Amino acid sequence: MSNSAAQLAYLAPELVVAVGAVAVLALDILLPERSRRLLARATAAALLASLAAVWWLYAGEVAGRPERLFTGTLVRDGYSLFLDAVFLLAGILGALVSARYVDREGLQSGEYYALMLFAVLGMMLMAVSAELVTLFISYEILSLSVYVLSGIARGRAESAEAAMKYFLLGAFSSGFLIYGIALIYGATGTTALEAIGAAVMSRGLFGNSLLLIGMALVTVGFAFKVAAVPFHGWVPDVYQGAPLPVTAFMSAGVKAAAFGALARVLFTAFGSLSAVWQPALWLLALLTMVLGNTAAIAQTNIKRMLAYSSIAHAGYMLAGVAAYTAGDVALGSVLYYALVYTAMNIGAFAVVLVVGREGEGNQELSDYRGLAVRHPWVAAGMALFMVSLSGLPPTAGFLGKFYILNAALRANLIGLAVALVLASLISWYYYLRVVWLMYFIKPGEAPPTLSGAPSLRLAVGMAAVLVLILGLWPSAALNLAQVAALTVTAGGLPVIGRP
Amino acid sequence: MLKDYFPILVMLVMAVGFGVTMIFLSSIAGRKRPTATKESPYECGSIPVGTARIRFDVKFYLVAILFILFDLEVVFLWPWAVLFIERLGLFGLVEVAIFVGILLVGFVYAWRKGALEWQ
Repeated sequence: MSNSAAQLAYLAPELVVAVGAVAVLALDILLPERSRRLLARATAAALLASLAAVWWLYAGEVAGRPERLFTGTLVRDGYSLFLDAVFLLAGILGALVSARYVDREGLQSGEYYALMLFAVLGMMLMAVSAELVTLFISYEILSLSVYVLSGIARGRAESAEAAMKYFLLGAFSSGFLIYGIALIYGATGTTALEAIGAAVMSRGLFGNSLLLIGMALVTVGFAFKVAAVPFHGWVPDVYQGAPLPVTAFMSAGVKAAAFGALARVLFTAFGSLSAVWQPALWLLALLTMVLGNTAAIAQTNIKRMLAYSSIAHAGYMLAGVAAYTAGDVALGSVLYYALVYTAMNIGAFAVVLVVGREGEGNQELSDYRGLAVRHPWVAAGMALFMVSLSGLPPTAGFLGKFYILNAALRANLIGLAVALVLASLISWYYYLRVVWLMYFIKPGEAPPTLSGAPSLRLAVGMAAVLVLILGLWPSAALNLAQVAALTVTAGGLPVIGRP
Repeated sequence: MLKDYFPILVMLVMAVGFGVTMIFLSSIAGRKRPTATKESPYECGSIPVGTARIRFDVKFYLVAILFILFDLEVVFLWPWAVLFIERLGLFGLVEVAIFVGILLVGFVYAWRKGALEWQ
């Protein structure tokens, strides 16, 4: 028993979020109707407490040495701690941008915040999973919460449509994932990631078709969730139809969680098969970058534009995973990018929320005309996020892309690196168009009235500060990402080609 | 080996005997006033003949979900109850209390939100 209690201490961040989620549900039925606003604060408090627990584990130097928990189903290492921090950041920013919106649109606040916390819990459990069945269950905790969240504005047909599409395609992708897991188990006789890696080596399963098909299916399952082309079909409709704060939260959080799990599975279990999956990821990354960026150009709705932009960013991160041969540099660049993307993307969505009106109004690009004249600070924030998303210095987006390029070049993926630069060039057009609209075009007849909720302003401010700090003084965060990556790659197996 | 199956045989005989006895007793002692509705095959309350492509009330969905919740609770409680005295002790009691506690919050939530009302 004492042994279990000691192991639970390593899961303090996850436990805090779980308790918080149940507490929010309990508060929702205990509190009178008029004090439901407290729920947003309770959510933020739970997430902050969990972040403190992450910091406490970092201070206890857990990051450097992986700790296997509960007979090896979970592993607490720097990798999962870093990802936990990213998910919690997404959760905190997500809760901040939700507070005003949930009131205004009359959403079920208890369910909303509880589901948000459960989604964060699912992400965190995905990051600590060291075994495929646990990973799958965590993936489902995350997915089910997000399906419901995207349909929580029941009154709007688009929201219901988004939830339905997301649910059907998501269930389909879960099918791919669990089928792949079954085949991998059939080929290796284990679901533990490290044991799979060892079985591939010791039994020479390099050409085992069962294992290869299983690996492909698992990759497809995650490719759905990270929105990689050609598994991206659901993204524009779901991102546009879901309530705006939900889109902001899931575009960053779900993507980071899926990338975290995908990279851990590929690096830990299938490192010795990298000669097989590297070209596949190479192609996925290329398609995702090119299609995401070119389709974003044609959009007139800012939510839809950001949806395609999020597809494009999934492509950049896939390039980082594909650079497997660069080892911890590749994984570190993906982790760093996940952090940067969370800050800049939720920041951009927060500005869209500031400009937006009731019932998802004011979300056309034309609504941003002349924003800088009347609301210089809001426009400045948006300009910062757009510049960062397009990957120009001195912002975090530039450094994030720089490190992924660095990893791709070290892994000798010259073609992919060139494609990444070209794709970024395309993206300048539609990101900088927003800046141009805000600063150089005269405002329309109806000046936008802004939602000046303090929580929303705080979110924009926090995201902007993070984007600047991560762009100008990246060494601390980058160092953490590097340590985190090392805990996965150092324990991994040597890279060899297919015999 | 065969002796191990004896309790199952006893159980089988008792179950069949009980069922047969009850049907026999009700057929001689019960009153019979048949109507068309009573004579029709039993279909859990829905009309037994007609198109199968009818719309179901969404309330059934809620009931089904709540059912799964408590069905699974029993699935977990059963092995716990079997092993409780011999193996699990206080640790098992605390674990199961947490598990039931989480379910209970969910149940009270569904109740207070009106999920159990049929209106």
